[in-house]
Amino acid sequence: MLVLSGLAAWGVPRRAAAWVGVTGAIVGSLVGLIPAIHVLADGTTVAAQAPWNLPLASFAIAIDPLSAFFLLPVFSLSALTAVYGFGYLKHHRGRGRAGTPWLWSNLLTASMAAVLVARNGILFLVAWEVMTVASYFLVTFEHERKQAREAGRIYLVAAHIGTAFLLVFFLKLAGPADTLDFNRFLQGGPGGIAGTLFFLMLVGFGVKAGFVPLHVWLPEAHPAAPPHVSALLSGAMLKMGIYGILRFLPYLGAPPSLWGWTLLGVGLGSALTGVLYSLAQRDLKRVLAYSSVENVGIIAVSLGLGLLGLTYDSPPIVVLGFGAALLHVLNHAAFKGLLFLGAGAAVQSAHTGDLEYLGGLLKRLPSTGWAFLLGAVAIAGLPPLNGFVSEFLLYLGAFRAVANLTPPAALAGACTIGGLGLVGGLAAATFARGFGIAFLGEPRTQAAHRAHDVAPSLRLPMLVLATACFVLAFASLWIVPALRPVLAVATGIPSAILAAEVASVGTTLISLTEVTAGFLLLLLALAGLRKLLLVRRAVATSITWDCGYAAASPRGGYTASSFAQPALQLFAPMLGTRVTNLDPLGPFPTEASLATATPDSFRERVFGPLGRELARQLARFRHIQEGRVQIYVLYIAVTLVALLLYEFARVR
Amino acid sequence: MSVSAGLTLVLSAVVSPLYLGVIQRTKSFFAGRAGPPIAQTYFDLFKLLRKGAVYSGTTTWVFRLGPIAGPAAGLAALSLLPQGPAAAPWSFPGDFLVLIYLLAAARFFTLISALDTGSSFEGMGASREAAFSALAEPVLLLSIAAAARSTGQTSLSGIFAGAGAALSRGAAPVFLLLAVALVIVLLAENSRIPVDDPSTHLELTMIHEVMVLDHSGPDLALILWGGSLKLWILGALIVGLLLPIRTGHPWIDWLVFAGGMFVLALVIGVIESSIARLRMNRVPQFLVGGGAFAVVALALAMR
Repeated sequence: MLVLSGLAAWGVPRRAAAWVGVTGAIVGSLVGLIPAIHVLADGTTVAAQAPWNLPLASFAIAIDPLSAFFLLPVFSLSALTAVYGFGYLKHHRGRGRAGTPWLWSNLLTASMAAVLVARNGILFLVAWEVMTVASYFLVTFEHERKQAREAGRIYLVAAHIGTAFLLVFFLKLAGPADTLDFNRFLQGGPGGIAGTLFFLMLVGFGVKAGFVPLHVWLPEAHPAAPPHVSALLSGAMLKMGIYGILRFLPYLGAPPSLWGWTLLGVGLGSALTGVLYSLAQRDLKRVLAYSSVENVGIIAVSLGLGLLGLTYDSPPIVVLGFGAALLHVLNHAAFKGLLFLGAGAAVQSAHTGDLEYLGGLLKRLPSTGWAFLLGAVAIAGLPPLNGFVSEFLLYLGAFRAVANLTPPAALAGACTIGGLGLVGGLAAATFARGFGIAFLGEPRTQAAHRAHDVAPSLRLPMLVLATACFVLAFASLWIVPALRPVLAVATGIPSAILAAEVASVGTTLISLTEVTAGFLLLLLALAGLRKLLLVRRAVATSITWDCGYAAASPRGGYTASSFAQPALQLFAPMLGTRVTNLDPLGPFPTEASLATATPDSFRERVFGPLGRELARQLARFRHIQEGRVQIYVLYIAVTLVALLLYEFARVR
Repeated sequence: MSVSAGLTLVLSAVVSPLYLGVIQRTKSFFAGRAGPPIAQTYFDLFKLLRKGAVYSGTTTWVFRLGPIAGPAAGLAALSLLPQGPAAAPWSFPGDFLVLIYLLAAARFFTLISALDTGSSFEGMGASREAAFSALAEPVLLLSIAAAARSTGQTSLSGIFAGAGAALSRGAAPVFLLLAVALVIVLLAENSRIPVDDPSTHLELTMIHEVMVLDHSGPDLALILWGGSLKLWILGALIVGLLLPIRTGHPWIDWLVFAGGMFVLALVIGVIESSIARLRMNRVPQFLVGGGAFAVVALALAMR
């Protein structure tokens, strides 16, 4: 349709093509948004079909409310990050072809859109692969750095393991049908293999979404990519995994309670692991990458609770769970996009993302600092911004389960409440630290001292996303009712019940918005009151209280590592923080040092050894592949003869 | 918003500093001192409000945001709290979540305004506060979940109204356990002994006080008021859950509520006078202990 042709046309690479790339991205995205909004407003489905001469394949595409909903963050973020990228990539001119990043980022947008509209398994997988490859090249954009190459390699391996699971998933789901068109999937219901299918789907999409322990690629890939790409990867591409789960769950039939519990458990594990590692990181972009794991975990918890609502036949829980998941998808796109762009601006102006070398950036990058603070409040799930609204819906679902349902569902609610409470507190600590250490206090290095605000093309997207955080919070009372067609597709509960439940959530959100708006007004009123009190009084400027020790160096300010230490120590066995301590010795100690590092224990303890062992075992087969053409011809001949014999035996 | 609800909001906002005085008098009594007048907090507030202010050259507008966030969040949270016979101005399913997260937002702004000074002391206080409150939050939420389970309600007014019936159905153990958990949260969140000592003198040993070292004048007054609002809110939450007595006569109900608040202040004073402050690395265990009470309460309620 419109979308695909428009997107394909602007992906063309050209030398010095920044203008072409950015215009294409913006125009393509805006054109793509039109049908998406149209479908969401009407609640209808637009479909098209064309034959494709590949086995099992066809060009079956459609935009239903679910696809349209996920198209929103994809296209909005693509347009905004393109503007940011235009300013950011100016500094990288003269290295290779200027059009290359634009080719890949525009191709990434197009492939995400294709994933969302595809209605055939093969088409879906092709789009999925293009998405993976395009994002791989974006991750390894700065391929001179070893870290980026390493990140790209891990990402590629992880993504293909996921795709392998998805391939099996689609073939199983198709059953005896001669096509992988979605509308021909298992009309008689999946029967006994539903559990296997759910598992395949969870792993296949979980790799992309970043569920623990399949998240290992994520904290490597996101920091390695340029910031506008990280924003797109984290804000939109991770959500493709969530979309996949929402899209294919209805094909698997009525969910047993095990599925809901699995998603809930995986989600809580991801959220807690994500937030703890996020708190432990020194690099601002790694903080954000791990916090994506946390937020995807929160989305998974919401989905798990919603699924349990389906199992135990409780529409309020279904609506609140799925509604929280959908709303959090939008919210996370807004604030995580914003934070990655803000972190990118900080890194560009201070030449490092290491929190221990930043500080005092708010005075030097005032507008970036403002935007980053708003993003931090939003992502910590605090009122009055949008992150709070989606977490509120999830909590409310959990509390309703605890208050009104039978013990198994109530237990799920209780686990959600306890887990989310802990995660929420730790997230607030993480982002108080991320913002406070980088943007407040005194600059810890000369580079941070000399930092200055970034170009307007970098500030504009941040401004738009910060506004979006406000709008998504205060317009949630209209947004959630507007999600009704999306919820109808995702949950399949009868429309009369759905309408009533959505309306009651809407009413609750009206009151909630009134109170949070009141909080904002009170803030303004009290600020005014203080201003009034201080009129014509002595307002002096002095130094920070330093116990009378007047020669303090900014390096003496509290560090990011020290800030995180009390919380991390509580979870030390889980995190495996390594402490290298050199105690001062003797009456005149010459040297002393303390170093802490928290590497990803899943990578260190599980996947690293696993990969090495696999490589060792596979090395045994290496003598098969020894490089002489004659031997390879022999292999081919032997295989053919063997196949012939097999066929011969079968026919007889 | 009904008139009585609005009046209650204003009245509790005005009365809340008195609560600190009651606790202080109890502590003085146990220490064998005369102690400051009960209205001492008001004197402090007026003194500070009349003063000018000193700001560190390091700080930005973030530093000035911290002090106003406390009372703003406190007042907004009060509007969600039914007190005595007065209904809450706003009541809806999950209103207590907004209440809890408003207080969390205030804490967040206090944390960043402490970090804005660039001082190591304040960074340390912020770091401790962040870690301990992350543990206190699930305890608070799980306690309310236990109450929600016993009453089958998901709004504060519903829970308070249903608490009486639940108690008569034999939910008393649940409410006792969750009361213990809530008192632990109250002590931790309001920088009380055994978690924190509001009257300590060494920066290195403080948690909350050290975060506001650099605030002065009206800013400090706002912080003080915000703190007393927070104490009042958590106190009223506990009293509302434990004393669900509704006679139908508003004056008697008011008396019961006021009496409950007074007894709670005495209890806090007694706790503060009778036990020593915990070592900093024991505080998490104290909070996890509170969590255990909340979990057992919830498990009992789910039976």
